[in-house]
Amino acid sequence: MTRLATAIRGFAAFWWDFIVGDDWRIAAGVIVALAATFVLARTTIAAWWLLPVAVVAILGLSLWRSTRDVKHD
Amino acid sequence: MSISMGDHGVRDLLLVLAVFAACVVESVEALTIVLAVGLTRGWHAVMRGVAAGLAVLAVIVAALGPALTVIPLNALRLVVGGLLLIFGLGWLRKAILRASGFKALHDEAAIYERELAAAERTAGTAGGVFGDSYAFTLAFKGVLLEGLEVVFIVLTFGANQHSIPLAAAGAGAAVVLVTAVGVAVRAPLARVPENTLKFAVGVLLTAFGIFWGVEGAGGNWPGSDLALLVLIGGVLLAALGAVAWLRRVQARRLEPTRRLVDQPVADGVR
Repeated sequence: MTRLATAIRGFAAFWWDFIVGDDWRIAAGVIVALAATFVLARTTIAAWWLLPVAVVAILGLSLWRSTRDVKHD
Repeated sequence: MSISMGDHGVRDLLLVLAVFAACVVESVEALTIVLAVGLTRGWHAVMRGVAAGLAVLAVIVAALGPALTVIPLNALRLVVGGLLLIFGLGWLRKAILRASGFKALHDEAAIYERELAAAERTAGTAGGVFGDSYAFTLAFKGVLLEGLEVVFIVLTFGANQHSIPLAAAGAGAAVVLVTAVGVAVRAPLARVPENTLKFAVGVLLTAFGIFWGVEGAGGNWPGSDLALLVLIGGVLLAALGAVAWLRRVQARRLEPTRRLVDQPVADGVR
């Protein structure tokens, strides 16, 4: 049982690391941005612009956090 | 009509380029591990590890490839767009941090030396089906883990554009090229501009991710497929802008240290 739990935890950790990577905020931001685009596409407002803007913001924020962390080392 | 055909041609070309570049990067990384282990511990178990890794990757492609093609296109594009964005932004983030000096450049020669030293001092169990267990495991893991990312890119790109064979051809060409050069020089391919390639792949994955993400969510692009070219240019400009910004930040951050280092020299001269 313990060995199975360890294996499952290891498997989950591998996929988390493989898909989410170094900064989970990027994955969370992308999901939120896609959901907002999905909602916007069902209104009369054009939806194409939202994701590019969100991506630039997500990347900028992630880079800013990484470099800020380096400053405190 | 001819514009539409041209658009698909451009998209197919970009698909092959993205898969080829991503596959070159991952193949170079896998080759570094395989060479280090093979040259120190012999090729028998290493080649079995490589073959086992490739076999598992082939099974994943064979199982997931057909499954992906039966998913409704919009749902596929939404999910794949999101995954490509997460992947692409991850690659781009790392490449930008490396280009601006906040992260050490990926150095295949240094990684090769580390792997070489580890392979020399680690004992493995000989015999059995796979021979040297350490060499087999390292080669198997190296090929599988580096290859998984390529498999993911091949499947998602290919399924989205109904061109899995085209994407697979791009990946295959990269593997053959890197393997041939690796066999010829028998040294890690340190001269491959890996960081630049990662930067380019990050830009392409992110642009494709935005494009398919919006289409999957139900949005429409002005200019249809041509919007992809604008997106690639836009993401590239944003990434280059980020590198320039972070280089200035890094220079400001290092300025006090540089002054401290320069001071005694200046005093001595005086």
